[in-house]
Amino acid sequence: MTKDNRNSNRFNISRRHMLAALGTGVGVMAMPWIARAADDNIRIGFPTPLTGPFAAEAKDQVKSAELAVKQVNDKGGINGRKVELLVRDDKLNGGEAATRTLELIEKDKVHAIVGSLSSAVQLAVNEVTRARGVLYVSISQSDTINEVKDFSKYTFHEALNPTMTTAAVARYAFKKGTKVAHLVADYAYGHEMLRGFKRAQAAIGAETVGEIMHPFGAADYSTFMPRLRSMRPDILCISNFGRDQANSIKQAVDFGLKQSSKIVVPVLLHNQRLAVTPEVFEGVVGGSNYYWGLEGTLPSAKAFNDAYRAANGGAIPTDYGAYGYTGVMSLLQAMQAAGGTDTDKVIAALEALKYDVAKGPQYYRKCDHQSVQSVLVLESKKKADMKGDSDLFSIVANEAPSEQVLRTCAELGFPT
Amino acid sequence: MNVPSVAAPLAADARKPARLKAMMTTYRVPLSILALCILPWLLPSKALAVNVLIYGVVCVGYNLLFGYTGLLSFGHAAFFGAGAYITGIAIGQFGVSWYLAVLMGVTGGAVLAFIIGGMSTRTRGIYFSMVTLALAQLVYYVALQASTWTGGENGLRGFTVNRINLFGFDINFLDPVNKYYVLMVFAAAALWLVSRILNSPFGAAIEAIRENERRARTCGYDVERTKLLAFTLSGTICALGGTMSALHLAFVPLESLHYLTSGMIVMMTLLGGASSFFGPFIGALVFLLMEDVFSLWTSHWQIIVGSIFVLFVLFLPKGIWGTFLSRVVR
Amino acid sequence: MDTELILMQLFSGVALGAILVITALGLSIIFGMMGVVNFAHGALFMVGAYAGLWVASLTGSFWWGLLVAPIMIGVFGMLIEFVLIRRLYGRSIDDPLLLTFGLSYVLVEGVRIVFGSDGIPFPTPSLLTGVVDLGVGFFPIYRIFVVALVFAIVVLLWLGLEKTKFGLIVRAGSRDPMMMRVLGVDISKVWLAVFGLGVGLAALGGVLAGPMRSVNPEMGALVLAEAFVVTVIGGLGSLVGAIIAGLLVGVVISMTALFAPEMATIVMFALMAIVLLIRPQGLFGKLA
Repeated sequence: MTKDNRNSNRFNISRRHMLAALGTGVGVMAMPWIARAADDNIRIGFPTPLTGPFAAEAKDQVKSAELAVKQVNDKGGINGRKVELLVRDDKLNGGEAATRTLELIEKDKVHAIVGSLSSAVQLAVNEVTRARGVLYVSISQSDTINEVKDFSKYTFHEALNPTMTTAAVARYAFKKGTKVAHLVADYAYGHEMLRGFKRAQAAIGAETVGEIMHPFGAADYSTFMPRLRSMRPDILCISNFGRDQANSIKQAVDFGLKQSSKIVVPVLLHNQRLAVTPEVFEGVVGGSNYYWGLEGTLPSAKAFNDAYRAANGGAIPTDYGAYGYTGVMSLLQAMQAAGGTDTDKVIAALEALKYDVAKGPQYYRKCDHQSVQSVLVLESKKKADMKGDSDLFSIVANEAPSEQVLRTCAELGFPT
Repeated sequence: MNVPSVAAPLAADARKPARLKAMMTTYRVPLSILALCILPWLLPSKALAVNVLIYGVVCVGYNLLFGYTGLLSFGHAAFFGAGAYITGIAIGQFGVSWYLAVLMGVTGGAVLAFIIGGMSTRTRGIYFSMVTLALAQLVYYVALQASTWTGGENGLRGFTVNRINLFGFDINFLDPVNKYYVLMVFAAAALWLVSRILNSPFGAAIEAIRENERRARTCGYDVERTKLLAFTLSGTICALGGTMSALHLAFVPLESLHYLTSGMIVMMTLLGGASSFFGPFIGALVFLLMEDVFSLWTSHWQIIVGSIFVLFVLFLPKGIWGTFLSRVVR
Repeated sequence: MDTELILMQLFSGVALGAILVITALGLSIIFGMMGVVNFAHGALFMVGAYAGLWVASLTGSFWWGLLVAPIMIGVFGMLIEFVLIRRLYGRSIDDPLLLTFGLSYVLVEGVRIVFGSDGIPFPTPSLLTGVVDLGVGFFPIYRIFVVALVFAIVVLLWLGLEKTKFGLIVRAGSRDPMMMRVLGVDISKVWLAVFGLGVGLAALGGVLAGPMRSVNPEMGALVLAEAFVVTVIGGLGSLVGAIIAGLLVGVVISMTALFAPEMATIVMFALMAIVLLIRPQGLFGKLA
């Protein structure tokens, strides 16, 4: 091709490209202006990891949260004002979450934030909201967020924390003299769960025969199995989350560890159980905030499940998904009591709130704003006992809500 | 290739585009700053604008090494993260004032860049990229383990800067507009610094190394020292971007140090144009805007961004700005 | 620490190394023969696992998955080489790295779109379930199978490269592609086959790894890092290096797990950095 040919050819294309790009650019920039909503609405920001390994849990959370909003709106909203849920993808990344939260607060002018799905992300969102005096209801496990260093009067922690969860599981699974071996993911979640278990063990009189930390995100656990076996524990306690949980349990079973020990985890995850076969998880015991099977005994659970089923084509809410509902509902009920979105009034309302929306009575403790609630202990069913595709677990214990299972306010660093 | 030609004489019958290009090159710093001034009003949110500022600085700094010296480093997230962490720790745990913390962050990043640069510039080609990747991952895992200092994978928190004292003025730093313009001062300084570097004999030297390392050595350039200096300077500017990020988010996520962040920096730089001065900034702008907008439409935005990147590598290796400059501003 | 435990740990390390070897082999072959750093190798490993699962669920048999999936993905790899990477020859050596980096995003998200983000179970074939008593401890039969299969593949590969005409061309082509062209060999066909082979090996690794870990879109990310470490330590382009380094890294990780398990990943990268600084061509590679 001669030089002129090339130039005239490419120049034309390039100009067309530029115009197209300009047009798209203007259109893209105009979008948010077009999409701006009515100003009188109550806006709630909802950052959640729609992309990434917990996309399934995140989508469940969105569905539950939207259900809560819809129910309140159907009853006339809050003082006549409609509630709007602004869902954003935080990509399970603290930096992204902080940016989305800033956008929600500065651009979308939300009145409160509810979210998110990891401890790190929660803390990032918390940093942003407390500096700007915005209400935040966090819905993921974290012991750190209860402590005085990260506390803010605007933040309420609706989810369970590791201390509560491990205590309940330990009380069910450990006895005096039980030998426990720990396989722990080497990051905050794992450390907090281990600390909780050891604290509970000390009270029960069970002993730790060994502790192995594995790198967070490890795919292969074969190198830890021989050592774990050699400890001859009664209980193999595996403290990790997500894929790590599925992989480590599967490989422990592969190595025959389930024949000699019982496997116990702090949180038994619905979606991780689906990621492996029923045989792998059979007999594994773990804690949870919610299981749809509660509807057999609890009217509020039945009401929640029925409403969720109606809105989602017969699907049942999962554990982490339920947090979306309970978190948003507690906030909306408080706003209802406060008559609006005045931050101080809502804080007072939340501190005084007693709510029962899906799993029994709950309330927020004053010193650290932790939601005091029941803790479920579940056991994974064997395939033959499953009455349906979602009938994954049986509820073996349901600990009533109590402040005794939490760390004391003094322990957390609050002045008494 | 965009060789800065500040002192090059123009042909007597220079066409207007050539003069325009020369003018753009001479005035690139003021023009860039002008663009940055109006940026926040064009984008959907101020937080996004600040992010563009931050990553624009990081990419321009990275491009000093990638586009101008020709070395593909896959580990520059280490310096970005180091700058952020040091600033955060200084403010949060030692109560240092914000501008001193920034200085410490930049210095710390420079030192780290010098060390890693010293080790990696001894290798060449693909091995260079691998070494930078490995060393940066090492920094990542060290930061993960040193959780008492860094907060581990919970990230670094507890150093929110609410108000700053700038030359006697008490500014509310939480206000997004204020924050943008304060950080813009840093960005302008970084751009000015890079431009000065590129205009200097050193700038010519690094481009010579990119073109033909052996010939540059024959011409008498101390190639190893020049590469190391380029690496260090590039890392320092990335660290500056990191300190800006720390101030902006009041939070340092552990992912700042991960190779995926390094990869993102490379993608942005390439997208904008690795052989131009302002290209990386445009790349950061387009990338972040795409991410912001696409993730509102679909949770599968990564496939769009990945495909666009592949198409750019194949057909538009000069990037958006580079192609624009070479086609239109001839 | 008793000897039984140490022996068990060594054996675990070897078994761990088997998967590392097969993935690193693919990466090393591609770089050695074509000079291309395939950043999408981890993603292709993952795609292989999904392909194996899909074939197994269609045919009801793991064995069909094991046979068909690597071939399927190998062909897919050839398509990638033909359509995308071929255009980059003659350009900077960084370009294929960048392209495959972008490609990995596309592949991972593509799998998420088609199969969802959740982990999917990959049942171990019934023939291979259970543990066997090795005398020093119990070990899953499936893992022993993996070691045996990888060993067999390595032998086959060696035979193919040393004893066949095609192997001769491939080895010569890696040393001097220009000379091959002069001699009348269609080097582009060779590269097509080599890329397909490398990708096929990655996919095989994925299918083998499936029953050991649950199959999910992110499973390729860590594997990529591990494959890089092994290939660099062994020497980019050296098959012997990939094998020895794979076993070495597997054993090192395993022994670290015995004493300081949380340091396992750090040790891996530290080793990689040290090798690159002292002997950048790796244990068995040749300097580019």
